[in-house]
Amino acid sequence: MLETLLPILIFAALGLAVIGAWRRIRLWRQGRPAEVDLLRGLVAMPRRYLVDLHHVVGRDKVMSNTHVATAGGFVAAAVLMILVHGLGLGSPEVLGGLLGWLLLAASAVMFVGSLLVAKRRLNPPARLSRGPWMRLPKSLMAFSLSVFLITLTTVGVLPQDAGSWVLALILAAVLVWGLGEMVFGMTWGGPMKHAFAGALHLAFHRRAERFGGGRSTGLKALDLDDPDAKLGVETPSDFTWNQLLGFDACVQCGRCEAVCPAFAAGQPLNPKKLIQDMVVGLAGGSDAGYAGSPYPGKPVGEHFGSPHGPIVAREGKALVDDETLWSCTTCRACVEECPMMIEHVDAIVDMRRFLTLEHGNTPNKGAEVLDNLIATDNPGGFDPGSRLHWAADLNLPLMADVKQADVLLWLGDGAFDMRNQRTLRSLVKILRAAEVDFAVLGVEERDSGDVARRLGDEATFQSLARRNIATLAKYRFQRIVTCDPHSFHVLGNEYGELGGQYEVLHHSTFIAELYDAGRLAFAPWKGGSVTYHDPCYLGRYNGEYEAPRNVLKALGIEVKEMERSGFRSRCCGGGGGAPITDIPGERRIPDMRMNDVRETGAELVAVGCPQCTAMLEGVVDASAEVRDIAELVADALVANTQMEKPAAGAPPRSADKTTAEEVS
Amino acid sequence: MRPEQQGVEVAVLVSVGRHPITGRARRADQDARGLELALGLERQLPGSRVRLLHAGPRGEESEAALRGYLGMGLDTLTLLEQAEGSDAIPALAEHLAAAPPQLVITGARAERGEGSGLLPYALAERLGWPLVNGLAAVEKVENGVATVLQALPRGQRRRLEVRLPAIVSVDGAAPEARQSAFGPARRAELEATPVVAEPDQELAQWQLSPARKRPKRLKIVKAASARDRFKAAAAKAEGGSGQVLEGVSAEQGAEAILKLIEAEGVLR
Repeated sequence: MLETLLPILIFAALGLAVIGAWRRIRLWRQGRPAEVDLLRGLVAMPRRYLVDLHHVVGRDKVMSNTHVATAGGFVAAAVLMILVHGLGLGSPEVLGGLLGWLLLAASAVMFVGSLLVAKRRLNPPARLSRGPWMRLPKSLMAFSLSVFLITLTTVGVLPQDAGSWVLALILAAVLVWGLGEMVFGMTWGGPMKHAFAGALHLAFHRRAERFGGGRSTGLKALDLDDPDAKLGVETPSDFTWNQLLGFDACVQCGRCEAVCPAFAAGQPLNPKKLIQDMVVGLAGGSDAGYAGSPYPGKPVGEHFGSPHGPIVAREGKALVDDETLWSCTTCRACVEECPMMIEHVDAIVDMRRFLTLEHGNTPNKGAEVLDNLIATDNPGGFDPGSRLHWAADLNLPLMADVKQADVLLWLGDGAFDMRNQRTLRSLVKILRAAEVDFAVLGVEERDSGDVARRLGDEATFQSLARRNIATLAKYRFQRIVTCDPHSFHVLGNEYGELGGQYEVLHHSTFIAELYDAGRLAFAPWKGGSVTYHDPCYLGRYNGEYEAPRNVLKALGIEVKEMERSGFRSRCCGGGGGAPITDIPGERRIPDMRMNDVRETGAELVAVGCPQCTAMLEGVVDASAEVRDIAELVADALVANTQMEKPAAGAPPRSADKTTAEEVS
Repeated sequence: MRPEQQGVEVAVLVSVGRHPITGRARRADQDARGLELALGLERQLPGSRVRLLHAGPRGEESEAALRGYLGMGLDTLTLLEQAEGSDAIPALAEHLAAAPPQLVITGARAERGEGSGLLPYALAERLGWPLVNGLAAVEKVENGVATVLQALPRGQRRRLEVRLPAIVSVDGAAPEARQSAFGPARRAELEATPVVAEPDQELAQWQLSPARKRPKRLKIVKAASARDRFKAAAAKAEGGSGQVLEGVSAEQGAEAILKLIEAEGVLR
């Protein structure tokens, strides 16, 4: 009886799955068009899945093994099941019944995997979603067990007529459950949807450069040429179709939630919920079905949306409240952790762009900062002519005078901040000690546009960027060095799309290079214990984790690492315009970070970013001092014996001129 | 429901502003506050209509600044296009008289050009409409009479009733202007109407020179105790040496004013 029933069941499930897939694809296609090489993506997909994605999943070894067993077992079992039970190729006449035995092995592996999934679901951590996800291990078991038992008769371990027809019916019923969850549910919105959407999401990812060990962190430019086009994302259908597909790929594992600084601070943001809200929006409905942690302070079930309805309402409630979007510090911790490689930050900035450019609704100090950027080219509204006042006594070489230099020192808006001026002065001291041929733009420099862009004001960003690019084009230099990771990121990764290609270095990288070249010498470290805080825009955005640590090592400092350091570093709370929009929470993000510092017992925390310095130094009753790496280096500088040449008395500039001329 | 409250026609006169530090063209602060007041009125009184009016030359810089007002949520701005250095008052007065709004809102003083702050007064004189300066809020409009709050120094407010049509001017006491959004600003329309340019003869004869910093009056606090210092800081200006002239002729009044400003060193 099973021989006739099984093919019907299998092909019915497959048929329904195809219909579901078509419906789901139609949902994604509501999005805007995107430039994706479909064929190349599909070809690259297995590698992206098996290598790149597994690399992220593999950070949690247990879960990774669980997933390999379950997913690997399922894919193999599904294919073999179609061959064996669907097409009847399992009989001993075909390949000696090999396919049947393989199917037995696959379903057994899957069953072991499903046991591990079940174990994890016994007492799940808060970051995992419950609801339908709680039944998934049972469904996995139903599928693997029923396939295993049915196949036993196929390969002949059990006689064909083993058990009664009642048993066969029960087995068939369990298989229907398994098939329903695994095949039908995959395309009709069950937990297994992640497999279908996830595979396609990897194939059609909006940042294909991320795969194969690459890095792609720069925000994508908004096309401002068409005056009639809507700017940014107002409704779910304003996302590109592959962004919608990406949202649908979410497995609700909550790794993003666990690392999100805003969520930890009790601000109304949870990256997982945000992605799920986008899924609600793309299908239409309310968020009442969501079974994970809510946005702190916002109960589930009060928001609703539709593909062509607004995400953020001007008044009242829609899919998401605007505070949720403005809580993000753009620290990219969620993106770094996401095993599905979903791009949360892109989506948030897309929605912010609409709020700022179309609604004119940047909260708190946002509007003032943007007005300042437009009128004075710096967020503080300072006189642009005073950008170099801190260096009145330093006699810095100006690009306008020298026209060319090896290194262009980009000051950043920290030039207006008295705290950061100490860092800048230290950096100048280091560059002079190493006899670097450098120059500054001085009053010709403008804000890089980082804050404007992250507050959603793409127009002001592009205006600043284009003017900066035009200024930089006037001069000759090999590299740009800056002590501001935000400028570093924007100049290095985001100006390219607008026509400015530069080699940009963070000052820690440059100092490490100078030290390695023997151009700097340090007195031994006499201070206390030190920890290092990785700035998001240096680490996660640009992958520079080593150089700052190498510099500290060269200073004779042994870094006491915080639990969350390197790519898992916790944000200081200063990125993405978060201090400007200032969404209230239960705690402050920098306080939490200084607690991390306190736990190491360090007396000093080394930083490499003006924002981090400001945020961490603003913590009351902190256990550690905050010093920029440049300050530590400048304090430790001693005369360099290696560099004392016979022509030591000659001005250093003349020697460097020749290098500059070689460059040109 | 307040059926007696009806929508009003509001015209907001806007100028091209000048950023105090960089001198870049922008939406002028006071004019933007005026528009904010008008938009608040539109919300408060359904059926109200707000239109924007600017008289001046059309240029790239000024257009960007004017679009700053449009980004606050309007579709059009009427630009009475005239050559640089023309007198804006006749053009504005003519336009307003042709289709009179019930309320005209202006900033107290322009950020560039003469910046004399006389425009609302000159306009009110030409149109023969009442004028209220230093407006903080419009409370209600009923049966052609607006109840408004006028801002006085030190946070004081005076409630006034003014018969419409009227001209009101706003300064820093009016509500702060909302953010200007780039998208709507770019899409909105500038409806340019060339008007007969009346060259400002007087202005042409003027000699312009950079402003000197105004002398700051020293505040001499002769306080013996903390209480006195507090009183000096918090008390109303008493204007001890002030003089109220009553029942004097215009010449006598002008003479008194001239004497005072000479004594203060404003005129030399």
